[in-house]
Amino acid sequence: MEGWDPNTKSTLTQIPLLATKAGPRDGAAWTQRLKEEYKALITYTQMNKSNDNDWFRISAANPEGTRWTGKCWYVYNLLKYEFDLQFDIPVTYPSTAPELELPQLDGKTQKMYRGGKICLTVHFKPLWAKNCPRFGIAHALCLGLAPWLAAEVPILVDSGMIKHKDDATTSTES
Amino acid sequence: MEVELKQLNADLQFLSQSLPDPSHHALLRKIQLRVEDLGKLAAAAPVHRSKVEDMSAEVVDSNPYSRLMALQRMGIVENYERIRDFSVAIVGIGGVGSVAAEMLTRCGIGRLLLYDYDKVELANMNRLFFRPDQVGLTKTDAAVQTLSDINPDVVLESYTLNITTVTGFETFMSSLKKKSFRPNKEGSGVDLVLSCVDNYEARMAVNQACNELSQTWMESGVSEDAVSGHIQLLIPGETACFACAPPLVVASGVDERTLKREGVCAASLPTTMGVVAGLLVQNTLKLLLGFGQVSPYLGYNSLKDFFPTMQMRPNPQCSNVACLKRQEEYMLAKPARDAAAKAKMEAEVLSIEEVPLHDDNEWNISVVNDVELDGPDTRSSDVLPEGLTHELPSADEFHKAISDAPVADNDDLEDLRRQLEAINSA
Repeated sequence: MEGWDPNTKSTLTQIPLLATKAGPRDGAAWTQRLKEEYKALITYTQMNKSNDNDWFRISAANPEGTRWTGKCWYVYNLLKYEFDLQFDIPVTYPSTAPELELPQLDGKTQKMYRGGKICLTVHFKPLWAKNCPRFGIAHALCLGLAPWLAAEVPILVDSGMIKHKDDATTSTES
Repeated sequence: MEVELKQLNADLQFLSQSLPDPSHHALLRKIQLRVEDLGKLAAAAPVHRSKVEDMSAEVVDSNPYSRLMALQRMGIVENYERIRDFSVAIVGIGGVGSVAAEMLTRCGIGRLLLYDYDKVELANMNRLFFRPDQVGLTKTDAAVQTLSDINPDVVLESYTLNITTVTGFETFMSSLKKKSFRPNKEGSGVDLVLSCVDNYEARMAVNQACNELSQTWMESGVSEDAVSGHIQLLIPGETACFACAPPLVVASGVDERTLKREGVCAASLPTTMGVVAGLLVQNTLKLLLGFGQVSPYLGYNSLKDFFPTMQMRPNPQCSNVACLKRQEEYMLAKPARDAAAKAKMEAEVLSIEEVPLHDDNEWNISVVNDVELDGPDTRSSDVLPEGLTHELPSADEFHKAISDAPVADNDDLEDLRRQLEAINSA
C-alpha cells in the first residue's frame, strides 16, 4: 500500500473486509459472499455521503448478483463528469478481480481495453491478489476505479476528448 | 459464373445469326472473344478442394496428406491417421491461437473448437494468419473462413463468447463435455485444450474448467515485450495447475498479474508468436500421436536463444479447490499406477531377455556386477547423505488442507439489496 495517499488509506480501513471465498458458481456460499458484498457497499456508500465525497451508484442488474450496473462521476474544474459504470463478476471470482467498464469512454483513452474495460493491471490487480478473498466490489471501486478517474478524467477533459454535458448540448444547439 | 457466361455466348451466337445486317458481325465476334476470355479468367479463380475420405500415403501431387503420412515410413509416428480421431479446443484466436489452428488444420486434425470474442483489426496485421480484408469480422468467423478453405476435412466449431463471464463459461464447459464427434470417447468430448489467451483472467477460467473436467491442457504465452514466451503442459492432479504456480512467476520472478494486455501498449512480433505456436503444436502432436518426449514446460528467450525446460509438481496448498480434488485422486491412484509401471518394466525386461545380445561369444566375455546389492539404494533421489534431512516433508501422501469455515449470518439478501437501493436513491 505504499504510494497511496493517506486519505484513501483511511477510507479503505473503514470498509468492512469480506471473509467468504466464493464465486458465482458456488451456490449457497455465493449468497453468503453476496451478503458481505452488500454490507461493504452499504458502509462505503454511507461513508462517502457523510464525508461529502459521494461519487458512485451501483446495484446488481440480475438476481444472481453476477452483473452490476450504475453510474460514477468525477468533479474537475468545478464541473461534474458522469459516466455509466458496468461489470460482470468473473467465474473465477474472487481469485480474479471484476473488470470495471466505462463503455462511454471506449476508444477515448489508451488506459483501457476493448469494450471500455479500464486498465487496473498495474495499480490494482496486485493489491487484489494479495488481499483475496478479503477485498470485494467496494474495494475495487475505492482502489481501482477512483484513482483511474482521478488520473484519466483531467487528461480527457484537457485534451478535449470528453466535454461537459452542458457544453455538449450548447454546441449541438448552436 | 461459368453457366452464365455460356448462356451469354449462346445468346450472342443467336443474335449474330438472326441479324440481317452483316456489318455488325465483326463487332459481335469481338464481344464473343471477350466473353471467352472472361470464361478463362473465371476458371482461374480459387479452386476449393473436395473432402478426402481416407488419408493415403500415395506420393502424388494431388494428395494433401502424402508428406504427413511419410512420418510413418520414416518411423516417427506409428499411426498418423489417428489424428482424425482427435478434437482440440483452442481458446483465444489471436497471434498464437490462429497460427496453432492453421497448423493443426494443415495436419488434418479431426475437429477444432475455436473460442474468441474479439474482432479482427488492422492492428493485428503485424502477426500471421488474418488478412486485411477480414477486418471487422469476428476472429472466429474469419478463422473458420480461412481454415475451411485450407482443409475441408476438419470439423470446425466456433464459439464467439467471453469465457470469463458466467454464461460464457457455462457454454464453454458444455461444449467441452459434448461428445457428438466421438460418442464412445472416455472423459470429456475433447482430447486437449490449448490456451492461447493474453490475460490472467481468461487463463484462470481455462484452468478452472480443466481442473473441474480433469482435462489435460496446454498453456502458452508471449511476454509483453514480445521477445520471450513459453508453453506448459497441465495434467490436473499430476502437474502444477495454473493457480499452483503461474509460469511467469517461476520463469522471471515477475508477477503475472502485472502484465499489460494487447490493448494497452503491449508489443508483439510475428516471429515470437510463430515460434511459440510452433512449439505448442509440436508438443500437441507429440502428446496426441505418441512420439518423442512431451515437454512439461518449455520456455523461449529469443534474446539469448535459451530454451529452459522444467517440471512442476502440484502445490498441495493450491487455492483452487478442484485442483486439490484432482491431486487427491492422483495420490489415491498411485498403487495402480505403480503396478502398471512395474508390469510395463517387467514386460520390457522379458522382451529384452528373449533375444540374445550377440549370437556368438568367441572370447568368452561376460559382464560382472560390481555394485553391492546390499548397499543403500543410490538410484533414489530421496536418499540424503548422513546428517542431512529434508526441511519439508515430501508430498507423497495427500494431506487435506485445513479450512476455516466463515461464520454464516442471518441477514436476508433481499433486505440488504433494498438497503443499498435506499442509500442509492437518497
